[in-house]
Amino acid sequence: MTSAAEQLSATTLLRFATAGSVDDGKSTLVGRLLHDSKSVLTDQLEAVTTASLSRGQDTPDLALLTDGLRAEREQGITIDVAYRYFATARRRFILADTPGHVQYTRNMVTGASTAELAVVLVDARNGVVEQTRRHAAVAALLRVPHVVLAVNKMDLVDYAEHVFASIAEEFTSYAASLGVPEITAIPISALAGDNVVDPSANMDWYGGPTVLEHLETVPVSHDLATCHARLPVQYVIRPQTADHPDYRGYAGQIAAGTFRLGEEVTVLPSGRTSRIKGIDLLGQAVDIAWTPQSITLLLEDDIDISRGDLIVPSGDAPPTTQDVEATVCHVADQPLTVGQRVLLKHTTRTVKAIVKAIPSRLTLDDLSQHPEPGQLVANDIGLVTVRTAEPLALDSYADSRRTGSFLLIDPADGTTLAAGMVGDSFATTATAAVQTSDSIEDSGWDF
Amino acid sequence: MMALADVQDTDSPYALSHLDALESEAVHIFREVAGEFERPVILFSGGKDSIVMLHLALKAFAPAAVPFTLLHVDTGHNFPEVLEYRDRTVARHGLRLHVASVQDYIDAGKLRERPDGTRNPLQTVPLTEAIQEHRFDAVFGGGRRDEEKARAKERVFSLRDEFSQWDPRRQRPELWQLYNGRHAPGEHVRVFPLSNWTELDVWQYIAREKIELPEIYFAHEREVFKRSGMWLTAGDWGGPKGAEQVETRLIRYRTVGDMSCTGAVDSEATTLDAVIAEIAASRLTERGATRADDKMSEAAMEDRKREGYF
Repeated sequence: MTSAAEQLSATTLLRFATAGSVDDGKSTLVGRLLHDSKSVLTDQLEAVTTASLSRGQDTPDLALLTDGLRAEREQGITIDVAYRYFATARRRFILADTPGHVQYTRNMVTGASTAELAVVLVDARNGVVEQTRRHAAVAALLRVPHVVLAVNKMDLVDYAEHVFASIAEEFTSYAASLGVPEITAIPISALAGDNVVDPSANMDWYGGPTVLEHLETVPVSHDLATCHARLPVQYVIRPQTADHPDYRGYAGQIAAGTFRLGEEVTVLPSGRTSRIKGIDLLGQAVDIAWTPQSITLLLEDDIDISRGDLIVPSGDAPPTTQDVEATVCHVADQPLTVGQRVLLKHTTRTVKAIVKAIPSRLTLDDLSQHPEPGQLVANDIGLVTVRTAEPLALDSYADSRRTGSFLLIDPADGTTLAAGMVGDSFATTATAAVQTSDSIEDSGWDF
Repeated sequence: MMALADVQDTDSPYALSHLDALESEAVHIFREVAGEFERPVILFSGGKDSIVMLHLALKAFAPAAVPFTLLHVDTGHNFPEVLEYRDRTVARHGLRLHVASVQDYIDAGKLRERPDGTRNPLQTVPLTEAIQEHRFDAVFGGGRRDEEKARAKERVFSLRDEFSQWDPRRQRPELWQLYNGRHAPGEHVRVFPLSNWTELDVWQYIAREKIELPEIYFAHEREVFKRSGMWLTAGDWGGPKGAEQVETRLIRYRTVGDMSCTGAVDSEATTLDAVIAEIAASRLTERGATRADDKMSEAAMEDRKREGYF
């Protein structure tokens, strides 16, 4: 293999989500990113042009690139999350393109759950509106590590610096109060192409990165040294062949942190301990492995471990509990009620559970709490307490998005009812690295 | 520069390359299915996506055997080189292969040949009947979201009803890496471990892992004729006809499917590197370049998927 292919494959992957209200120009931004990064190919553009013409439009409607379903194209709205792929020389991108309608909060939750960055779009003429606050709240709730505020349609406000500055300031202080860890504000015109892929000639007062430049350089890996290591056991590999008569490996994807050869580990919920005898990284023996690698662990002792167990370093085990307090986003059409029997899926373990209480429902617009709503319906976000039939080893969602999250499932028909996040809804202390006006000056921003 | 933006994650010793990240995710999906389902099956056509799927499954369970059987829906118009590759691969890994044959259905009068000779849409019935007959509860497909706009909406775990139908408006939201595979008897789940891969990712992975492919993916001389703007392989299956002229051209295939609707591209790429360079420079999508069946209408793929096609 030549270096060309190797170089291409050595790029990293960034998963991000876009959120914006219906007319904020989200589809145009997505279309612009795909188009200007040369990710829209000739036949796709031809198909869009043909479809646009047959609808009586005289210019290609870039939204048709992303609205893939018959119903979406008929109605001209995005109903469901779509995933888009594009690449630059520096990085590969998976874009969760989420609908902006109020009634589709669950779709933004879906997109944000795996995103490392969220782009929140604002129309420069309207500034921060209710929907903007809702998007910021969902990003904060899902603990998306990086948030980009894209102030769009700057061309319609004469590229005025003060318009951008006041929107950026209002959004930043709101998002920071929710505990959003990092916020980057970028003035753009998706339609004209300002600061999306290419720097704008119309806003020389802006010294920050373009949207694409930021996407290419934002760090995606966390400081693993401080993470609690977690391996949910997915499957036990036992070849029982002549070559491997005694092989017994615990396969799983490392949910957080690192595991090392020789390390003492505890298996939850049983609490049994052993030591790591071997780590197989898909057929290759290694001394150390880290998230999100899929590995197989071999232990010194033959102890009872099966799917659903959690392997952790012995000195760093999460508490086990049968009483789960969490924030949930309700994603199903049927409601979630107090007393309801459900299944709770946490990592690789699914247990029976009962909804003991719904203490409050959160109104995302103003973050007010509505006490004892009795039930949650589609797109509601609320606090719940759930009692499980078996103990679970739970982290707080603030510590680990992977071992602090769960699904509630209807046992009757398998419907996914709710997405749950263990612990506090929003970061209580603003330890965030939000750019203050000082750091903005320091970083060469000249409002 | 901004406070954090100048930290390059590629400098981190813990950064995974995009191929490693995609591989790890796909392996996680295979193991989830092995852990949660009774009778999974991998759709295996001998095409590059299913070859990569099988390679990932082999890695996911090593040193044990792949705990799944394979299923091939044979249109009766498959490339002989691909069938030969299929059988050789199955034998090499000691796997079990089920074949559902479109030709058998036509011979038995259960399916009728279409006037345009395209057999791709005819695969749906043998596929769904094989799923019912063998009571498969999880069916792995090599579909990728980058292939087509309806596929971009597809979940990794996609529930199908007892008629194998896909209802895009009633999909389960897919949150974090928590895949919900619950299904009622008679229903099954289609599973797409390569959802987040692009055509280029697949080729780069093939190069990195040194995976053997059927020769038709590399440039070779072949007798072809032009139909609906595409170069089709001449043969007993139904071409050339009328004014269509056979000529020998240097071509290769970007996708492998039914000979009646899979077009070849002019190419001099005889090596993996040359193929990768060619795809990276191509201004046409894989399906736009070589698939006739997607061009039948604006929502052709969505409509076929609703009926049970992949």
